[in-house]
Amino acid sequence: MFEQSIATLAKKLRNKDISSVELTRLFLARIAKLDPQLNSFITVSEQRALEQAAVADTLLQSGKGTSLTGIPVAHKDLFCTEGTLTTCGSKMLHNFIPPYESTVTSRIQQAGAVMLGKTNMDEFAMGSSNENSFYGAVKNPWNLDMVPGGSSGGSAAAVAAGLAVAATGTDTGGSIRQPASFCGITGLKPTYGRVSRFGMIAYASSLDQGGPMAKSAEDCAHLMQAMAGFDEKDSTSADKPTDDYLANLSAPLTGLKIGLPKEYFGNGLDPKVADVIMSAVKEFEELGATVKEISLPNLQLSIPSYYVIAPSEASSNLSRFDGVRFGHRCDNPQDLLDMYMRSRAEGFGTEVQKRIMVGTYALSEGYYDAYYLKAQKIRRLIKEDFVKALEEVDVIMGPVAPTTAFGLGSKTNDPVAMYLEDIYTLSVNLAGIPAMSVPAGFADGMPVGLQIMGNYFAEAKLLNVAHQYQQHTDWHLQTPNMAKGA
Amino acid sequence: MNWEVVIGLEIHTQLSTKSKLFSGAAVGFGAEPNTQTTLVDLGMPGALPVFNKEALRMAVMFGHAINAEIGMTSVFARKNYFYPDLPKGYQTSQMDHPIVGKGYLDVVLDDGTTSRIGITRAHLEEDAGKSLHEDFQGMTGIDLNRSSTPLLEIVSEPDIRSAKEAVAYVKMIHSIVTYLGICDGNMAEGSMRCDINLSLRPKGQKEYGTRTEIKNVNSFRFIEKAIYTEIERQADILEDGGRIIQETRLYDPEKNETRSMRSKEDANDYRYFPCPDLLPVVLTQEYVDDIKTSLPELPSQKAARFQSEYALSEYDASVLSSSRAMAEFFENANDVVKDAKLTTNWVMGELSKLLNQEQLDIENSPVNAQAFGELLVRIKDDTINGKTAKDVFQAMWNGEGSADEIIEAKGLKQVTDTGAIEAMIQTILDANAAQVEQYRAADDDKQKKMIGFFVGQVMKASQGKANPGLVNPILARMLKG
Repeated sequence: MFEQSIATLAKKLRNKDISSVELTRLFLARIAKLDPQLNSFITVSEQRALEQAAVADTLLQSGKGTSLTGIPVAHKDLFCTEGTLTTCGSKMLHNFIPPYESTVTSRIQQAGAVMLGKTNMDEFAMGSSNENSFYGAVKNPWNLDMVPGGSSGGSAAAVAAGLAVAATGTDTGGSIRQPASFCGITGLKPTYGRVSRFGMIAYASSLDQGGPMAKSAEDCAHLMQAMAGFDEKDSTSADKPTDDYLANLSAPLTGLKIGLPKEYFGNGLDPKVADVIMSAVKEFEELGATVKEISLPNLQLSIPSYYVIAPSEASSNLSRFDGVRFGHRCDNPQDLLDMYMRSRAEGFGTEVQKRIMVGTYALSEGYYDAYYLKAQKIRRLIKEDFVKALEEVDVIMGPVAPTTAFGLGSKTNDPVAMYLEDIYTLSVNLAGIPAMSVPAGFADGMPVGLQIMGNYFAEAKLLNVAHQYQQHTDWHLQTPNMAKGA
Repeated sequence: MNWEVVIGLEIHTQLSTKSKLFSGAAVGFGAEPNTQTTLVDLGMPGALPVFNKEALRMAVMFGHAINAEIGMTSVFARKNYFYPDLPKGYQTSQMDHPIVGKGYLDVVLDDGTTSRIGITRAHLEEDAGKSLHEDFQGMTGIDLNRSSTPLLEIVSEPDIRSAKEAVAYVKMIHSIVTYLGICDGNMAEGSMRCDINLSLRPKGQKEYGTRTEIKNVNSFRFIEKAIYTEIERQADILEDGGRIIQETRLYDPEKNETRSMRSKEDANDYRYFPCPDLLPVVLTQEYVDDIKTSLPELPSQKAARFQSEYALSEYDASVLSSSRAMAEFFENANDVVKDAKLTTNWVMGELSKLLNQEQLDIENSPVNAQAFGELLVRIKDDTINGKTAKDVFQAMWNGEGSADEIIEAKGLKQVTDTGAIEAMIQTILDANAAQVEQYRAADDDKQKKMIGFFVGQVMKASQGKANPGLVNPILARMLKG
């Protein structure tokens, strides 16, 4: 039951082969049994889940609801959920129960989905391995000694292990795609502005974007139907109608023009990963697509640009965590400055403190032009590279990450190696275009994700391309052994 | 040494929008602490700002009123600093691309001269909350009702050369924003606050001296006094061969002195950068032009019209047009009176006197323009004379009724019956036979001086009700014998 698609489960719910309460109990039991090995959930909201499931069953009884009605899902713990602890993976918010609901979770709830709980993540979404969580590292279901990727590592691990049908994630520099790749699931980072950021705790506002993480492109499309769309509460959300993400999934790929950027296949790419990607490309050729080499010349600059812009915005976004109104406050503050300094020193982990320092430095007087302004100029160049490339091709393909999942603790002392993990994903956020990670095979027993990048607001196209691939391959249907035990 | 003072002003004007600059919370003064807030004003995690378009319209109106370039693309920036009543840890303001660019105002001074004050820019920003230090037993209370209230910060060039000029400029800004209806102008409640940048230099020197900034002065009178005090303080230091320290100071109206708040060395590095939660505000020419054509008449335009339409002097016209309420009162009253000279004299005379005595704004005058006009009509039609009218006006002020009711109740109607006046005069002449003899014997010049005695007697006998316009010619005729 746990490995079935949203469409199949929705049909079973509608046919009363199973009730939402039964389905929800099944997933809650799986979480109770398997998650001690994975640590993918920070909070399991059993009561809320069963209440929502009961409501869903009533709706289904009367033949109402959507394809998500009664489907158990999990949310990354940076979406504010009314009445449910929302920690952002941080000690700073270890006691934060929001009095409001994020737009994303609210829309998914309105579509009838059941919230199982809140998933683990790198603290404030800063990380590529999910080792930066106050609540402990998440393990990769394919190999418990490996990282699941980050920052949405909890969501990726939970979906891969069948602890939730699907999950939400957020992607600031690859945080949906890289864990999806490492855990062998399908993830979509939509165009910046397609999904509302209201109620999503900000890391880097100009780059953050929420999106679906699920077993297949089709499941992602079901979630996008609910998540996407203009929100007047988010000034950066796009006031533009959404596509029907399910309607064109089956369109044939004949004539599809695929671009392979040569910069994505150079030094640093694990040859075994490259082999997997190239076989996937071959599969697309067999489906009628044509392939050409393209160039995204400023790819290398995306790392320095990102690691100035994101920390700069973060240094400002995280100023509100000051111990005054909510979250962690130090014991017995002597005065205001003492309260600020100790609350923040105690509440934030090392990586968060590091990025706040970097961002504060980059924005300070006399350095602004050299760092922040220059990074913004590079950002425009990167965007132009994509715009130009996407005039020639329909989609761009390449690896999501240079390697498969790496060992827990293997890169924690080498921040530069950790930052290089993001080389293929950062530029997409800087440009604001949508991109997916789609399971494309294995290297040394660990999943490899194919990255598919598209033009602005071309989510429906990406989902169609991924879905067609998944109709002809079964990489996305593989289940890790640990998940089969329950 | 002969010092020249150089002043630039930053005026924070609270825009009278219904809701806040970036949230739907109501804006209001005096509500219970923390009752006028939303997630956005509280800086809750995940809350996002949404720009209030009404504040934008108001800022553009102001831009037109000061002949400024309108920023067709303006950008909100974050000004980062920690303070307990600044919930997000940054203030959303505008830095490199303000909504209003360079403009100017021609300020009319008391002596009738005009000086042109340049305005560097005006930008939109959100206010912070308030820290409350009393009633919390050594702790601090935070009230975030004011958090994210819209402000328009109007920054002048260092073009001001005296305290009087500074006050005239601030009054003119006050007059413009209240005319436009974009600010209630209530300085006591903090709707307009002024930061004064001030330096001295030897007369004739081109370079500016080191300046100090006096923060948050909130009345015309305090602005004037703070400037005088700071000039004196700086002059004393310079005369003694000392050096001015660039710093922020606070004006204490009770002690009439400025005190150091923080020096430049302690100043924050605000780490301004464009706010990624808000898109640049891009205007169309049509939007900007529409606002221009729908602007209400401005003080300077009104003053010019008063001069031409009512034949008022430049000074009278500028006083009457200085506030929209005053101008409306004048025009409404004059619609009844139809004698601009008379109305002007009474608005600037008796009415202003009583308002000043009771420290009332004209909006709160107990006598409205219609009633006031009806009183003046009774002067114009000779029902009462000017002197009696002052008593009637006082009675109206005290709420005793309309002009006609009071005139009737107190029997103040002028005697205009010539027969009655002749009889009254005859009695006076009979009782003062000696003075009549002297008058008749005197030459013209002497007679002119002596006639005042008889007029006084008649007015006294009539208890002031005899119409002086009638008394004079009748008296002159009867004295001839």
